[in-house]
Amino acid sequence: MALRLFWEFLKIGSFTFGGGYAMISMVKRALVERHHWMNDNEFVECITLAQSLPGVFAVNMALYTGYKISGRLGGAFAMLGAALPSLVIIVVIAAFFNRVNENPTVRDVFRGIRPCVIGLILVPGLSMLRKSKLTLRTFWIPIATCVAICLLGVSPVYLIIAAIVAGLVVARVAIGRTRKNTRKQ
Amino acid sequence: MIYLQLFWVFFKIGLFGFGGGYSMISLIRTDVVDAYGWMSAGEYADLLAISQMTPGPISINTATFVGYSQAGLAGAIVATASLCLPSVMIMALVIRVLFKHRTSPYVLEPMRIMVPVVAGLIIAAAVLMCDADSLGSVLSFAILAVTIVANMFFKVNPILLIIASGLVGYISGIV
Repeated sequence: MALRLFWEFLKIGSFTFGGGYAMISMVKRALVERHHWMNDNEFVECITLAQSLPGVFAVNMALYTGYKISGRLGGAFAMLGAALPSLVIIVVIAAFFNRVNENPTVRDVFRGIRPCVIGLILVPGLSMLRKSKLTLRTFWIPIATCVAICLLGVSPVYLIIAAIVAGLVVARVAIGRTRKNTRKQ
Repeated sequence: MIYLQLFWVFFKIGLFGFGGGYSMISLIRTDVVDAYGWMSAGEYADLLAISQMTPGPISINTATFVGYSQAGLAGAIVATASLCLPSVMIMALVIRVLFKHRTSPYVLEPMRIMVPVVAGLIIAAAVLMCDADSLGSVLSFAILAVTIVANMFFKVNPILLIIASGLVGYISGIV
């Protein structure tokens, strides 16, 4: 079973362009619709979990679905299958790229590509901004994050830790408040 | 010791990389370009273009590329394995506790606050790439503007946009 999971994720990892989120439908088709290894609800549960935890989304997705289907070994083999194609393909390309890197034609091509890459990173940032449904109380968060990173040189790691701590404090305050209210009643 | 540095950089990213590949691009950049100086901002942009054009998760592609460029095949394997390791540890150690309390405010609130922070991280990554090397001409501004409009409003495939921009760069080199 673990080997079959490895094979399914190897195929998906080799042919899915556009990162982890593009993989969701492929994984669903393979695990839920074709092989019936898990049902719809179990799949959604795995995806939600994979999305909310840190780390590579595709790796998390492989780990959780693999684990659900056939335990630790299943999770481990599914993850290997998801990561291996990237490793092989990129090593081959990197070896080649290092050799042609200085070529003037290649430089011209990448001079055109660089601004495009900036745009392709900006767009998901903006759409996430829309998704975060900013209010008057929270609109400063992305701005402060940007300023801290770009102007003050703060490491994003500290900002993520700050977000976790802030969330815990907000939760603590909210819980304290509901307790007080229930006591009043 | 380059292997230890690669391990540390990508382990951190695997542990704190919330919100998918694009937020990780920002984290990876901080270490690879600013802290360790393994590559210039422009080289990092080239690498991202290649990561986006090839199959597989963008963060794994980027980690493999950085690892390979610093320490060959062994470096690529160390970087990628270090990136995946925290996911395995979280699954093995804390997943049951988290899952049991998944509706608790202590789990939900940090995740809610994480979204605008991650948005800021991603936008910062894009802003930091705007140096003279990548965005130094009228043509490059035009490419940036077209990319944003095409991708955001018309959902044009990123790979197609990268190929088209490369073509524009190639033609501008001949002319």
